[in-house]
Amino acid sequence: MKNAFMRYRFVGLALLALGGLYLFNHEMGLRAIDVTLFSFEEMILVIPPVFILLGLLDVWIPKETMTRFMGDKSGVRGIVLSFVVGAAAAGPLYGAFPVAAVFMKKGVKFSNILIFIGAWSTMKIPMFIFELTALGPVFAITRMLINIPGILIIAHIISRRLSPDEVNRIYEAAPF
Amino acid sequence: MNTILYGITGLLLAVSLYKDRKKTHKALKKAWKAFENILPEFLVVIVFVGVMLALVNPETISGLIGPESGAGGVVLSGLIGAVTLIPGFVAFPTASMLLESGAGYMQIGAFVSSLMMVGVVTIPVEVKYFGKKVTVARNGLALVFSFVVAVIIGAVMQ
Repeated sequence: MKNAFMRYRFVGLALLALGGLYLFNHEMGLRAIDVTLFSFEEMILVIPPVFILLGLLDVWIPKETMTRFMGDKSGVRGIVLSFVVGAAAAGPLYGAFPVAAVFMKKGVKFSNILIFIGAWSTMKIPMFIFELTALGPVFAITRMLINIPGILIIAHIISRRLSPDEVNRIYEAAPF
Repeated sequence: MNTILYGITGLLLAVSLYKDRKKTHKALKKAWKAFENILPEFLVVIVFVGVMLALVNPETISGLIGPESGAGGVVLSGLIGAVTLIPGFVAFPTASMLLESGAGYMQIGAFVSSLMMVGVVTIPVEVKYFGKKVTVARNGLALVFSFVVAVIIGAVMQ
């Protein structure tokens, strides 16, 4: 375990940058502080329940169950499920990564994890509704339809380029 | 949204506690450890986003990706989307404001798509879970894909 100072040194640097910006331009600095506090609030509100849910999922759902639904032999059903779980999510993309870590522990197929990440990043239902109202149905639906093959292709390319060994290493290092 | 999230979490936590105290304790311990483990990266991202949004506001962006910006403007929109991290409820009104101020649909397609799929700012978090190779590949491919989206959106919206 690295000590706290080392682990948080980049946080310190980021705060220094924030302070620097404030000295350089008060108005910009205040705006930056405002946004930072806002995102901090968002994180503090959304992230703890997500982690608690992940903890519960980790101890209660047996690996076999997850593997059957989303593992190596889950086929089309696993792919569809990965899309659905990702799209049903809420919260910023960085919230998806801890979920991916639990999926790794539970034996979810790597390409399905990538599909889940893709769907979370750009196909979330609440975001889709926002997009629909802000940019119109043609825009939002077109993008939704291109995203499905796009996410599949990206997941396919990445998982093809990795050796089973590399996938194993990622799975073992998964921090959850 | 948050109420639902808290409601479900609270309910499941209560059921879990009722069924098995020890297991629940273990789940909470794991949750805390995993959270504490990634907290520094989260905090860096959050402060960084604050600084960035103060420097780059919708007016700056619309100055860069106006109607006559062409293919260069599409590439630029994709790159701006990649390096910024804006919550969705700010992003879409911003995008529609950019449209009103004269940006083309192609540019907005690239911007929205890369904004959501590519996260340069969150790379430190992503690397911790996926390693460098996958992180770089995923973000790179997603950026390329955003340009494909731009071209298709541009054609459809004409």
